[in-house]
Amino acid sequence: MIWNPNKECMSRDEMHSLQGKRLQKLVQYVYHNVPFYRNKMQAMDLAPEDIRSIDDIVKLPFTTKQDLRDNYPYGLQAAPPSEIVRVHASSGTTGNPTIVGYTRKDLAVWSEVMARCLTAFGVTRDDTFSVSYGYGLFTGGLGAHYGVENLGATVIPTSTGNTEKHIRLIRDLKISGIACTPSYALYLAETLEKMGLSKDDIGLRIGAFGAEPWTENMRREIEDRLGLKGFNLYGLSEIMGPGVSYECQEQNGSHICEDHFYPEIINPDTLEQLHGGEQGELVFTTLTKEGMPLLRYRTKDLCTLMEGECACGRTSVRMGRIMGRSDDMLIIRGINVFPSQVESVILEMSEFEPQYMLIVDRQNNLDTLQVQVEVRRDFFSDDIGRMLSLKKQLADKLRSVLSISADVRLMEPGSIERSQGKGRHVIDKRMLK
Amino acid sequence: MTIKQLSVFLENKTGRINEVTKILARHSINMQAFSMAETTDFGILRLIVSEVDRAVEILREANFAVMLTDVVCLRCDNVAGSLSVILEQLAENQIFIEYMYAFAEGEQANVIIRPNDITRCVEVLSDCKCNVVKEF
Repeated sequence: MIWNPNKECMSRDEMHSLQGKRLQKLVQYVYHNVPFYRNKMQAMDLAPEDIRSIDDIVKLPFTTKQDLRDNYPYGLQAAPPSEIVRVHASSGTTGNPTIVGYTRKDLAVWSEVMARCLTAFGVTRDDTFSVSYGYGLFTGGLGAHYGVENLGATVIPTSTGNTEKHIRLIRDLKISGIACTPSYALYLAETLEKMGLSKDDIGLRIGAFGAEPWTENMRREIEDRLGLKGFNLYGLSEIMGPGVSYECQEQNGSHICEDHFYPEIINPDTLEQLHGGEQGELVFTTLTKEGMPLLRYRTKDLCTLMEGECACGRTSVRMGRIMGRSDDMLIIRGINVFPSQVESVILEMSEFEPQYMLIVDRQNNLDTLQVQVEVRRDFFSDDIGRMLSLKKQLADKLRSVLSISADVRLMEPGSIERSQGKGRHVIDKRMLK
Repeated sequence: MTIKQLSVFLENKTGRINEVTKILARHSINMQAFSMAETTDFGILRLIVSEVDRAVEILREANFAVMLTDVVCLRCDNVAGSLSVILEQLAENQIFIEYMYAFAEGEQANVIIRPNDITRCVEVLSDCKCNVVKEF
């Protein structure tokens, strides 16, 4: 099913012309309402009239997370305070949080794009849908919530926390769909099993997972243990929140709602636009946003863009899986390491729980990487030789994937801290020194 | 002829063994023998306890990775050379010992053995009239 075939299946020419018109209007709007952009454009000797089509977007300045911090709290807001009806803030771990104000129209666009995502996942009015992203300043909870309501399904605003109660609700209210982070989905599966229940005791069929990078292995693991089909739901609070892109039943990349969010891939070093499916940093321009519109916002997410009509009938550009974030990338002994690489190795080995922690440190001027994993209860062996060979097997696989050696630590089941929000998998002690 | 040994997976962390002994104490389960096998980052605590099934249950409840292993416990005189006679028999019969531990009390010594072939081990020990303990 397609929620809005007019937009989702629009011909490429029509889409480009629509994007061009919207970009022209957007540039006029920010030029006259956001001093930050006006100053930048003037410094570049660029006038709003210089933007005539979507291809002219390369002339425009970039926006970074640092710009948002520097203009805290409302410096980049374009709409007057009287038009702002809601504010979200991103979970900034360093420095100022990012404050995003939404107008009434922004919220309408948001629930429109969320309804597109949910429909693509197979959610209908007959579904009962649990939103288990955190409700509050984080965009996940309320963003998904209003999408479910807009679609007409029944929303259960479970938020995070009290997982056992949540599982009872899933069973008793016959909840058929859930939106949450992939790490929370795994935590849910673990709790389900701890309660002596299995996927056969619940009726989940659709999972909308996002807010953190995840892997195909993680998808299989979640699908196996919860008995559902898992879909990627992508978004970021600076641009809107969940609903920026979504997988369809084909699961070959995530369709971008590009009538609202114009995507580009750039080389993060030269800042040049890349084409032809090359991997680089994803950049978004919010074509229709009123509250806090952004020009060419650098997401730090590394991925590729795919053009061409999808077998599902949608024509929109698709983004590939996030291969990492340029800012959670670790450089260990000069080698780039993404936590997602470690994760995929661990998930391939059924002897371990899908929980892990990377401890990066520096000893005698040499970087060290410790990978902590939990041995599954049912794979624990009294034979110390077998345990050591299991440890070695993981260390060997990690070395072949990461190109550096890691010190594997076998931990007791349940001893690595479970995250209910964004998974935290790295402790970099080097930053403390 | 075999008895159940409890094996508990433990991280090398101060106080972890005490966690196990505290839980057992709280449930009035007595430890009759134990040994610790350790590596750089984890260890396996092997225990012979008074109520093995209940011990498994309460340790699992406390989130420990626990398993049961069949071992042979034999009793011999607490005098020089008595164990050697028995081990000689096992070696002659090609029985490999994965690990063993022992404790002596008064006139007697108890030896717990984890052989590679437990059935054969019990046969050999019975043939040479060893005192195999069926239950503690």
